[in-house]
Amino acid sequence: MSRSYRDRGVVLRTQRLGEADRIVTLLLEGRGLTRTAAKGARRPGSRIGARLEPFAVVDVELHRGRTFEVVRQVETVEANAALRADDRLWAAASVLAEVVLHVAVEGERDHGLQRLLRAGLAALATAPAEPDVFVDAFLLRAASAVGFPVRTGSCARCDAPGPHAHLSVVGGGTLCGDCAGEGTQRVGAGVVAAVRTLADDGAWQALPGLAREAGPDRVRAGSYARAYAEHHLDRRLRSYDAVERPGPGSPEVRE
Amino acid sequence: MYEGALQSLVDELGRLPGVGPKSAQRIAFHLVAGEDADARRLAATIVRVRETVTTCTRCFSVAEQPLCRVCRDERRDHGLICVVEEARDVFAIERTRDFAGAYHVLGGALSPLDGVGPDELRVAELEARVAEGGVHEVILAMNTNGAGEATAAFLSRRLAGTGPRVTRLASGLPAGGDLDYADEVTLSRAFAGRREA
Ligand SMILES: [Zn+2]
Ligand SMILES: [Zn+2]
Repeated sequence: MSRSYRDRGVVLRTQRLGEADRIVTLLLEGRGLTRTAAKGARRPGSRIGARLEPFAVVDVELHRGRTFEVVRQVETVEANAALRADDRLWAAASVLAEVVLHVAVEGERDHGLQRLLRAGLAALATAPAEPDVFVDAFLLRAASAVGFPVRTGSCARCDAPGPHAHLSVVGGGTLCGDCAGEGTQRVGAGVVAAVRTLADDGAWQALPGLAREAGPDRVRAGSYARAYAEHHLDRRLRSYDAVERPGPGSPEVRE
Repeated sequence: MYEGALQSLVDELGRLPGVGPKSAQRIAFHLVAGEDADARRLAATIVRVRETVTTCTRCFSVAEQPLCRVCRDERRDHGLICVVEEARDVFAIERTRDFAGAYHVLGGALSPLDGVGPDELRVAELEARVAEGGVHEVILAMNTNGAGEATAAFLSRRLAGTGPRVTRLASGLPAGGDLDYADEVTLSRAFAGRREA
């Protein structure tokens, strides 16, 4: 059997290795999270290096190595160059990568996560004026992709039909008056609607509108999205702080 | 694997950047088998470097005095600041002998995944140098990779409207190559950076 194979995926992260090489971590369609060594990638003029930049979608030919898979060839599918040409988009895309690096599993294909990551990066690459709203949306959608969908239509605990006005991170979404505990925050219908839009898979194009119109509701929904993802994915997202936020917003939803 | 001091040496060498376990062993055996004076001179040099070499208080390049050699040189144009990621980039540019301005070493590039933001880099120090006045041009000479591009974009935003002209090093086709061998990222940058012939 050949020790070389081809796969397609997204560059999540690059790190220095030795004199002129790089460790490139990819989310591949076939093999899931994969750490590769790209020889000579840091030399100016390296074709492999120029193509294996963070957030690019690439076709790769890999060779089984001892510690890392070794990159033989790279073809660009989608360069996503806009995500490196603007530090705000760079920061936003980094949050997507941080989430995927945390939840993806080595050697395991995950069609949903691959599709979500590609869609999120493509949406960011259109250089929206409010990249932070795309980040918030990705957080809720990624949580859903790995088994923690946020509930906004009915009570997340007892299924009582909504709408409900209590919003809980730990509880998994909106809660009815009976299920809501002492500390569960009451929020306006606008916040719940904003959370629903963020979490609604497929509607990336609705996000710029949400950012423009929903004002403080969106800011509040955004901080809920962060708290939700960090709680259910069990990870503090350090890159999230690098994402620029609209001015001082309303108090955070935490619990 | 080895005994006491030899193993410690292999371990220490192996912690150096770019030195793998094999190289660490090879260097260690070279030091053990070689001339006594050579090994002692190397050890003394490492100690001396640690005792005398510091960071320039103005540009953060390496220096043996409060100011580095470039910052002390009055023949250079101190209103022209070339911003680089690492101190070793200063020496790469100095080797060209084409640049007669000053430098500013950022100490890295924006990397949200590693928790490196503007506050972790010497951005405030650069802004302070510009605010002092007398700076007519800032050249952004970051690496041409993703982190470098994002950092350059950030700095050009931050420096916009502060006075000096802000420029970016041309990035395009590597010298000595065939056009059809270039990757599309490099080619598209070469197009974007084209100039009058
Ligand atoms: Zn209930
Ligand atoms: Zn200096």
